[in-house]
Order: sequence, then structure tokens, then C-alpha cells
Amino acid sequence: MREVSKGFGERLILDGISLEVREGETLAVIGASGVGKSVLLKCIVRLLEVDAGSVHVDGQDVALLERDELYDLRRRVGYVFQFAALFDSMSVFDNVAMGLRRIGTPADETVERVRDALRLVEMEGYEDRLPAELSGGQRKRIGMARAITTRPKYLLYDEPTTGLDPVTTAVIDELVLRMAGELGVTGLVVTHDMKSAYRVADRVAMLHGGRIRFQGTPEEIQRAEDPVVRGFVEGRPDLAREVA
Amino acid sequence: MSIAWTTPVARVGRATLDTAAGFGRFGGFMVSAGRAGADVRTWGVMLARHMAQLGVDSLPIALFIAAFTGVVLALQASYTFTGAIPLYFVGVLVGKTMILELGPVLTGLALAGRVGANIAAELGTMRVTEQIDALETLGYDPMSYLVVPRVLAGIIMFPVVVALANVMGIAAGWVTAINLLDLSTPEFTRGLRLFFVPFDVTFSLIKAASFGAVVTAIGCFYGFHTAGGAAAVGRSTTQAVVVSSMLILVLDAFWAVVLL
Repeated sequence: MREVSKGFGERLILDGISLEVREGETLAVIGASGVGKSVLLKCIVRLLEVDAGSVHVDGQDVALLERDELYDLRRRVGYVFQFAALFDSMSVFDNVAMGLRRIGTPADETVERVRDALRLVEMEGYEDRLPAELSGGQRKRIGMARAITTRPKYLLYDEPTTGLDPVTTAVIDELVLRMAGELGVTGLVVTHDMKSAYRVADRVAMLHGGRIRFQGTPEEIQRAEDPVVRGFVEGRPDLAREVA
Repeated sequence: MSIAWTTPVARVGRATLDTAAGFGRFGGFMVSAGRAGADVRTWGVMLARHMAQLGVDSLPIALFIAAFTGVVLALQASYTFTGAIPLYFVGVLVGKTMILELGPVLTGLALAGRVGANIAAELGTMRVTEQIDALETLGYDPMSYLVVPRVLAGIIMFPVVVALANVMGIAAGWVTAINLLDLSTPEFTRGLRLFFVPFDVTFSLIKAASFGAVVTAIGCFYGFHTAGGAAAVGRSTTQAVVVSSMLILVLDAFWAVVLL
């Protein structure tokens, strides 16, 4: 991602952001609510078009891809949505099988791979349930299962632990780690939950005022002296206010 | 001082620009839908389901409206013709009016409320809950998956529903005529056949197909461009019904000018 800017109307959300996610790592992007973290994720798979700058995935400039090339790329990038975005008229099985059906996977292999994905997120036996019958944490796990069935190279997580209790949060964090460990997936996690970021990330980047304010390891961010970073990390708005 | 008189002008200007931009967006939307039509593999599997849903779900309301329209037409024709025109002309009026005008238009308006609102609300909810984004990330073109099968189902099934509504309306007019008016079945059918030409049916079905296209396309457009939360879904639904109802009346006049 090079010098990416994105605004809505007169409001500039991303202001010339440059960010690199290295092969095999999990990068957490932290920042206050409404700072543009989800916008950043959506720009990566062109759910939103950038106003300036460029986004490259596997060396391809996302903005220049033709329709078929874009859908090809999206199949290599799994996306876990903030509120799971499950198709509410479909069963859990059909939700998880959607990506596989799209690429023409044979029916018996689809059943097998859906079962594997549900086993990985510890949701076996829920195949016939509808999304409305699941809790928030269960929905997020199904969202993860759906994102991994096509065996993507990259996974984008949009606030995977928001609104969850501490135990379910730990379970989701564990899943993020398993995706990286067992499947070797490169991950980009957007979150404002610092505990979660420390647990899952190899590196952390902080988004503030439309720009990347800090990049480093979880240990480095905990030692950061920038009052804005410290204010966020320590949950102390007074520090950030001093700078403003 | 200048603000006082320029404000209304500015509002008109903004409204004009918004309308023009809306037409532009709708044009772009339809071009994208047209391109997605080539993706038969995606919309082909969804078409039958939408046709069944649209057709079966729409029939009760369409037949209900047509039945009462047929009753009223027969009674009002009899009231109007008394003493001046032979009563078998009730059949003429019921048949011609149902087939040429009230069958397609009343069914179209009813389905704008039912089908158009349903599509706008469903797609609007999918938009605000990121389900449409999720489709895209799974490699589906939402145009092929959501829009094309709904619009095609509308174009195919509206004529079927309107044809059945026409039959129901005429049958209700006939039952009314033989039970409540001093008219026999041969007299009613004599009137029905008097000015009937097969083109009437073609005209009715062409109108119905165009109404089907408008109702479903407008419903998809407003649903697709919903931004915000539950209130935005409500707004999109209302706009879809209002705009498609207006377009049905415009198209009704258009076909009368072009084809009659």
C-alpha cells in the first residue's frame, strides 16, 4: 500500500498511507473507532476505490485489475467481516460452502472441506443452523470458516473480537493464531483491542489522523514514547489530548 | 441579504443536479447489469427460484385486485349504459378495460408495492450488513448473483401474473353480469368478442413485461445503493415503490402512444 488516500465527500479518512504486510506475518492495525481501519481493509480488495496512491497484492496493482482478474485476486484473499456478514437466508453449511461452489468444487469435496473448516473453528454440528440462531462469537467463527474454505493466501480480519466477552475473544485470538500457524496464512488484523493485538500480531501499526502514526513489534509499541500512541495503548485519553 | 432569494433557487439547482446524477447512476447500474448478463453460470441457477418466488407470492394479491376490479367494471358499465347502449356492451367494457389497462396497470402498481419493496428491503439490508461485500470477497459479482436473476424473473413472470389477473377480472365481471345484472352468458361473451383483437393480449403482455423490468430494476437499484442503517433501508424501500409506481404510469402512457 503506497501513499493511499481515501475520502468520503470532503472528509479525508486515509491521508497518504504507506504500509507493507510481509509474507507469513500477522500485522495488527490499531486505532480509535472511525479512524479508517475498515476503509483500509476494503481498499485492499477494492471493495472501495482509493482516491490516490496504489495497493499492490502479489505484485499486482489492484486498481488496474480487470473484472475477472479482480475476482481471481479476491479468491486468494479471505475476508472476515466485523459483524460476520453471514447470508441470513442460508444455513451455516451453505454460507461456508459459497466460496467453494463459486470455484466449481465437486459436491463431495465441498462437504469435506466445509466440515474441515467448521472443525478448525470448533463449530462442527452447526451445519443446519441459520445465522439468526447463533451468538455473536459463533457467527464470527462461521465467518472465519467461510473465509478459509478456499484456502486463501491472505486473511483480512475486520475487528474480529469487537463486542465479544473476554473468553470468546481469547478463543477468536487463538483461531487467528491457528490460521497463521496451521495454514501459513498472512494476516492483517484491524482492531482497537490492544490485548488481542498483542496476542496475535507479529507487528503492530497504529492509524491516527489518516496516517500511520507508529509501526513496530508489540514490545516496541508498549515502550513507545509518543503520547498519542501511549494514550491509546494505555487507554489514557488525557495523553492524546495534551498533544492535540 | 442575497441568501434569502438565492436559497430556493439553490435548492432547485441542487434537486436538478441530484436528479440528473440519479439518472446517471441508474444508467451505469443498468450497463453493469447488462454486462453481468453474460455470467449465465451465476444467475442461471438463481433464476428459477426467483421466478417461483415472484410469481407464486404475487398471485394472491394480483388475483384479489383483478376480481374486485372485474366486479366494479361490470356494475359501473351497466350503470353507465342503462337505456342508451345495449347491455351486452358490458362485456366489451370489462374485456377491453381489463386487458388493455386495468389488468396490467393495477397489477403493476400492486407488485411495485409488494415485489419492488421486497427487493429494495432485502438488498438494502444485505448492503448495510455487508453481505453484498461478502459476496464480492467470495468471488461473486453481485450484479450477476442478485440483480440479473431478479430483473429477468420480473420480465418473465409479470406477464404470467397479469395474464391470470386479466382472466380473473373478466371472469369476475362475467359472474357479476349474470348474477346481478339482467345479462346472460351468451350476451356477455358476445360483448367480450365484439371488438376483441388478439393484439390486445400482446399489448397487455408487453406492458406487463416492461412493468416487471422497471419494478425489479428500480427495487434492485435502490436496495443496492442503500447507505446507513435501518432508516436508510426504509428510505430505499419507500423510494423504490414511489419511483417504480411513477414509471409504471409513464410507461403506460408511452406504450399507448407507441403501440395503439
